[in-house]
Amino acid sequence: MSVLAALAGRLQGARVRKRPPALVWVPSALVAAAAVLPLVYLAVRAAEGGWEDISETVLNGDTLAVLARSVALATLVTGAAVVLAVPLAWLTARTDLPGREAWGVLAALPLVVPSYVGGLVLVSTLGPSGLLQGFLEPFGVERLPSIYGLPGAALALMLFTYPYVFLTVRGVLKDMDPSLEEAARGLGSGRWTVFFRVTLPQLRPGIVAGGVLVALYALSDFGAVSLLQFDSFSREIYTQYTSAFDRTPAAVLALMLVCLVAVMFLLESRSRGRAGYAQNRTRRAAPVPLGRWRWPALVFCGGVVLFALVVPVGVLVFWLARGLASGEVLSPVWESAWHSVYVSGLAAGVAALAALPVAVLAARFPGKMAGVVERLTYFGFALPAIVLALALVFFGANYAPALYQTLPLLIFAYVVHFLPQAVGPIRASLLQARPSIEEAARSLGRGPAAVLATVTIPLARSGLVAGAALVFLTTMKELPATLLLGPTEFGTLATEVWNATSGAFFARAAAPALILIVLSAPPLYLLAIRERIR
Amino acid sequence: MEGVRVSDGGWGRLWRSRAICLVLIMTLSGLLAACGQEPPNGGEQAAGGTTSETTQEEPFRPEEGSLVVYSGREEALVEPVIEQFEEESGVDAQVRYGDTAELAATILEEGDNSPADVFFAQDPGALGALTDEERFRELPQGTLERVPERFRSPDGLWVGTSGRARVVAYNTEVLSESEMPGSIFAFTDPEWSGRIGWAPTNGSFQAFVTALREIEGEDRAREWLEGIQANDPLVYPDNLTALEGVAAGEVDVAFVNHYYLYRAIEEQGADFGARNYYLKNGDPGALVLAAGAGVLDTADNPEASEAFVEYLLSQEAQQFFADETYEYPMIDGVESEEGLVPLSEIESPNVDLSNLDDLQGTLELLQETGVL
Repeated sequence: MSVLAALAGRLQGARVRKRPPALVWVPSALVAAAAVLPLVYLAVRAAEGGWEDISETVLNGDTLAVLARSVALATLVTGAAVVLAVPLAWLTARTDLPGREAWGVLAALPLVVPSYVGGLVLVSTLGPSGLLQGFLEPFGVERLPSIYGLPGAALALMLFTYPYVFLTVRGVLKDMDPSLEEAARGLGSGRWTVFFRVTLPQLRPGIVAGGVLVALYALSDFGAVSLLQFDSFSREIYTQYTSAFDRTPAAVLALMLVCLVAVMFLLESRSRGRAGYAQNRTRRAAPVPLGRWRWPALVFCGGVVLFALVVPVGVLVFWLARGLASGEVLSPVWESAWHSVYVSGLAAGVAALAALPVAVLAARFPGKMAGVVERLTYFGFALPAIVLALALVFFGANYAPALYQTLPLLIFAYVVHFLPQAVGPIRASLLQARPSIEEAARSLGRGPAAVLATVTIPLARSGLVAGAALVFLTTMKELPATLLLGPTEFGTLATEVWNATSGAFFARAAAPALILIVLSAPPLYLLAIRERIR
Repeated sequence: MEGVRVSDGGWGRLWRSRAICLVLIMTLSGLLAACGQEPPNGGEQAAGGTTSETTQEEPFRPEEGSLVVYSGREEALVEPVIEQFEEESGVDAQVRYGDTAELAATILEEGDNSPADVFFAQDPGALGALTDEERFRELPQGTLERVPERFRSPDGLWVGTSGRARVVAYNTEVLSESEMPGSIFAFTDPEWSGRIGWAPTNGSFQAFVTALREIEGEDRAREWLEGIQANDPLVYPDNLTALEGVAAGEVDVAFVNHYYLYRAIEEQGADFGARNYYLKNGDPGALVLAAGAGVLDTADNPEASEAFVEYLLSQEAQQFFADETYEYPMIDGVESEEGLVPLSEIESPNVDLSNLDDLQGTLELLQETGVL
């Protein structure tokens, strides 16, 4: 035990408080300022109503109920996602599971299923008189438990967001120095003990980074909660916009959501307190032989992939086939597909570059400023996309009319929205690398820029790639900002799906949705999975 | 320290790094693509607004100008009409599609800098919201007069372009038309408990509740909402899913718009498990609503904008709406689709659509009764 404790102690690489160079903090501050724009907008809109309106909305009993429901949803989804993702990541990264590379891609893919498609599919399979009900009817099952409300919303969000935890944890597992685990094994600890006492603690930054994204996604999602009829903050905010055309209550509600996220970060920063560690991976870990456990492991992986990927894709194919059979003519969507790919690639690149200084600040210069800057970048992800989009409509149309409804502003919106998806993995990969390497380079006479370019960026490479891939995948399916802020008549696959589902055209929605999923697969494969650290 | 060697060729190492190169290539190619595809809208604004709408760069038709339409109506319904309009007028019409309410909120946020010329809305509520903020220009008398008075703004700020009837969709396996009650109030009876679906966030539904308040009075409207609430209705996000819910047997009836049924039949075949029922005797449940359009006060090109709104009321466009969208035409002399109950046969309530602007009151009522 004391040896394990000593090993764990080795992980807590001593960190010396120091001032970040201007090369790091200036871009970080700019990025943080961009991320704060939507909050400024909300404050302006909320203040318009005066104290009376604000207190009326805040102190309303219904609002408190919405708050409680949102907290319950985020907690449930995050917990379930972690429980699902960590074993999946370990199985596909560190064992001799048959076809583990393929499982690695398949298990990450549900991330590309838009929640408005996933929710629709869930309703049509598990809903009352859905496909499962029809299947079970001969066996005397007349009514399934209702899918609507918290269980359905949590299930849908969990199935399509667990890859956040899966991808970050898998990245950490692949980069992890196996010598600690081997030492613990050599000292006589069993596999389970090693997993819980050595491996799991090292996974914590990855789990927390992924878990935060899942929680924020659950708080901001509108597609799944509206289809599964769960009144969370984002649904309530949307109702205010759509029914009342009154922007003050919507802004007040969104600010309450911001406060909720701030509280969440306070809790998270405590859990993060002891999470700093560093190591140099020198070689790959030998795969753990699963033996006869490979069968339950395969069933587990297969089950997750079945529900999160095969069923949604199957239902889409079914809709497509049914539409084609009834003579539906599909118009080509290649232009939209190209738009989707290049706009997502652009957003991914810009987000990775913008996230780098913030991640370096957070990982290498921890302190109040770093903590505040890093967390500010997360608020854009917590806001429902319609709030973010309207905020940028306001700033864009009134203060940057030359950029309004052009690609640069759209990319800006994507980056503000999805930035934390890049910051998290980059920070996690930097935490795994010992800061003393950079310090050594400095002491050998390199300037800060040279150190950043020659040491820090290569160290953060796996994080940069994973972060860019995550931003790419989520930009592919983004809708509200694309509709309001994109250049006029700029169609993407997501808008094609939306165009089709807003009428009764499921067959027309199925084709672009399938192309969206297919186009997202290769980047995921190339970027997140095949990436090898030499 | 053997983990990462800091070699002399640090920059070379950086460039050799596949990951970084990939990110840079993606960024650069994206930027190039962005520059190459500068939208006409942005280009025009980037020029500092010195170009007027009649002289701006238009590669194919330099004289006729261009037009930006914000459409809350779906692309499949609007695109063919737009194309036809472009062909006949020579105006280059660009359309931004989105949710009606989100687009209305967008126009309000854009303020004086709105690039939109025309707002084509799904329901009168959003048109009312922009009317309240004085964002519309008055339409020419000739355009207004094409539309029956009850389907246009009393101040001449917007016109209805097509009509949609509120109906009760019923599951054909469980119910037949003869079993359906004559009044929307009959559904508050406990016999309908657990059998009703509705979509309270839907604009058309809310317009119906506003009409209910207008026709029957505040207390009766509250009574109806509480009665339906007591019957434990299933809440759907929109009309379409509500209708699908009826067809799938999740509920026996749902309060929806008439045209979703015909589109569902077109896609899923005639054995689709739901049909429409029109309430009788001027019941509020048989309300006919209108989609509509107006020209914005910020329109750069008012002539083309007015021409477009006028075109929406042309014989061709109206015939298209009737044929393809199963909606009711606003002008005379248009033949409706077979199987569609004619507008004249609907015993719709006698209510002025322009009086349905108290959405706030409706929302308060919906919130007080716990529906929203």
